[in-house]
Amino acid sequence: MPLLEVTDLRTYFTTDAGVARAVDGVSLQVGVGETLGIVGESGCGKTVTALSVLRLIPSPPGEIMAGSSIRFNDEELLEVEPARLREIRGNEISMIFQEPMTSLNPVFTVGYQIQEVLRLHRGLSKREARAAGVALLAEVGIPEPDQRFDAYPHQMSGGMLQRVMIAIALSCEPRLLIADEPTTALDVTIQAQILDLLVEMQRKHGMALLLITHDLGVIAEVCDRVVVMYGGQIVETGTTEEILTRPQHPYTQGLLASLPGIGDRDVRLNPIPGTVPSAVDWPDGCRFRDRCSFAWERCAESAPDLLPVDGRSSRSARCWLLDPDEAAGRGAHVTPGEPT
Amino acid sequence: MTTFIVRRLLGAIPLVLGIATIIFFVVNLAPGDPADRFSSPSMSPEAREQIRVNLGLDQPIHIRYVRWLGALAQGDLGVSFSRNRPVTDIIQELLPNTLLLSFTAIGVAFVLGILLGILQAVRQYSLLDSIASIVGLFFYSMPSFWLALMMVLLFSLFASVWGWPIYFPASDIQSIDYAFLSPFEKVRDRLWHLTLPATSLALVLAAGIARYTRASMLEEIRQDFVRTARAKGLSERVVIFKHTLRNALIPVITLVGLYLPFLFSGTVFIETVFAWPGMGKLVVDAILQRDYPIIMGGSLVFAMMVVVGNLVADVLYAVVDPRIRYD
Repeated sequence: MPLLEVTDLRTYFTTDAGVARAVDGVSLQVGVGETLGIVGESGCGKTVTALSVLRLIPSPPGEIMAGSSIRFNDEELLEVEPARLREIRGNEISMIFQEPMTSLNPVFTVGYQIQEVLRLHRGLSKREARAAGVALLAEVGIPEPDQRFDAYPHQMSGGMLQRVMIAIALSCEPRLLIADEPTTALDVTIQAQILDLLVEMQRKHGMALLLITHDLGVIAEVCDRVVVMYGGQIVETGTTEEILTRPQHPYTQGLLASLPGIGDRDVRLNPIPGTVPSAVDWPDGCRFRDRCSFAWERCAESAPDLLPVDGRSSRSARCWLLDPDEAAGRGAHVTPGEPT
Repeated sequence: MTTFIVRRLLGAIPLVLGIATIIFFVVNLAPGDPADRFSSPSMSPEAREQIRVNLGLDQPIHIRYVRWLGALAQGDLGVSFSRNRPVTDIIQELLPNTLLLSFTAIGVAFVLGILLGILQAVRQYSLLDSIASIVGLFFYSMPSFWLALMMVLLFSLFASVWGWPIYFPASDIQSIDYAFLSPFEKVRDRLWHLTLPATSLALVLAAGIARYTRASMLEEIRQDFVRTARAKGLSERVVIFKHTLRNALIPVITLVGLYLPFLFSGTVFIETVFAWPGMGKLVVDAILQRDYPIIMGGSLVFAMMVVVGNLVADVLYAVVDPRIRYD
């Protein structure tokens, strides 16, 4: 049984322009101690997916639609009482965010913000929580933790603040850590340090990690399995190695092809043409077809389900090319996975 | 922090000096002669001149200015023309009444305004939010003296005529038999007299504060750190009243400084409407009687309270927001 099992998650937002289907039928599982990466462009719904797990979607305008299911440790999170949900948040499932500079409250010391969790979930006294908090700061690699404990967020750098966020997230030994683009706002050198820290902490505490990123390099370094999202849906799943070496969906192929390689000084970057369509107005059929060089009439008629690759359910892609019968109907034969 | 306060207080000295100068010239250059009050048409010109000499009005204006400043430096505000008592004595007697009224009003206004603002922000676009906004706009737009008159009409006159279970006195700070009341009844009597004037001042202020608080709360509630607080499993009460409110209060604190002049000008009207023996009524009466020393002394006290109020707001700023700790 997986630790986290999301089934047919639909999170819609009511906007002036119409209903934005930001997450539109996402299903995924995270096993105990596993690292799952969610990768995709801005606006593909990866952050909304992550926020939905802890029911942190502001409502209104957001709403997790009926029929969605998020099971954690065999408990339906979409149905638990608010009190139980607060028990889970920060205790069994923790979350860290993209912008460490704004994710901490500017008017409280970082120490206070760590203590808060320890006192709430573990019932520590103020003094015990301070000792535990200083130990946590030391554990996430903050120098002079005893002094830093009393510092305010504006007195620390982005990298240090993200370490503080990680310390807060780890303070109650959660079973699942959701990291929403934890390194995006940081310098490249700091990014590597934070990633290393996350991996180290994950191994040490044996927790599962749901890592959201748009950076395939991060995925390659950290994740066991990967979910690729596009247009509010999952378009491909597989192990990190499978996704990076044998991508099946044209979108995943495009993402990989757009990466600059070392030494490719003279080669122009190879971006995916076009832009992500608006979430209030997804195209019928395959949502990627306007940007896809393989698209044919079939893609406009209807979108495929996630089709198994190599006959395994853990490996799938949402593309008609994977259905031999359908692909045969396409005039020119192009084997999926071949570079274009 | 201490050095900051000391520095600000020292910086206030030229400010107060400037205010004193402006007050002096505005009052003394205004048309009209205080001696008129003591003279009659049948008086001889010599007697009339003697009155001017007695009041010190025979000197040229710059001499009077320097003398007044010199006395001021020694804490002497002169002697009232109409009451024949030192102005400082009169102010000492009446200032507590004004402070009681203003601090009650501003205290009630901030508690009421902030609570209402939070409630409106948390329930944005609800029926309660709309009603509170409309009612708030009504009070925000009302001059407090008009509100005071309407409250007198309703809660003093009609309430007693129609036999409501409770009505409030329309004037004065205490009952005639105050001296004979027990200590508990004395407090009750004071509060009873305080209710209408303080409410008519507080409602106008509270409406403004509620609008500011609502806007500020809505701004902060969208911030990332509020989401972090929720993700930590904190209860909504802690998320709103601790994490959001503490940040939302920063701009609201500016209002303390901004509202003080408004509050003091409000007390001038309110004290007149309710015959409240305070600074505002004192100054208004003094203006009508051309009692220069009281007008100048009273205005100066108001000005200094505004200066101190702004200093308090600045200090509160630093208390709430660690990013602006003055060194």
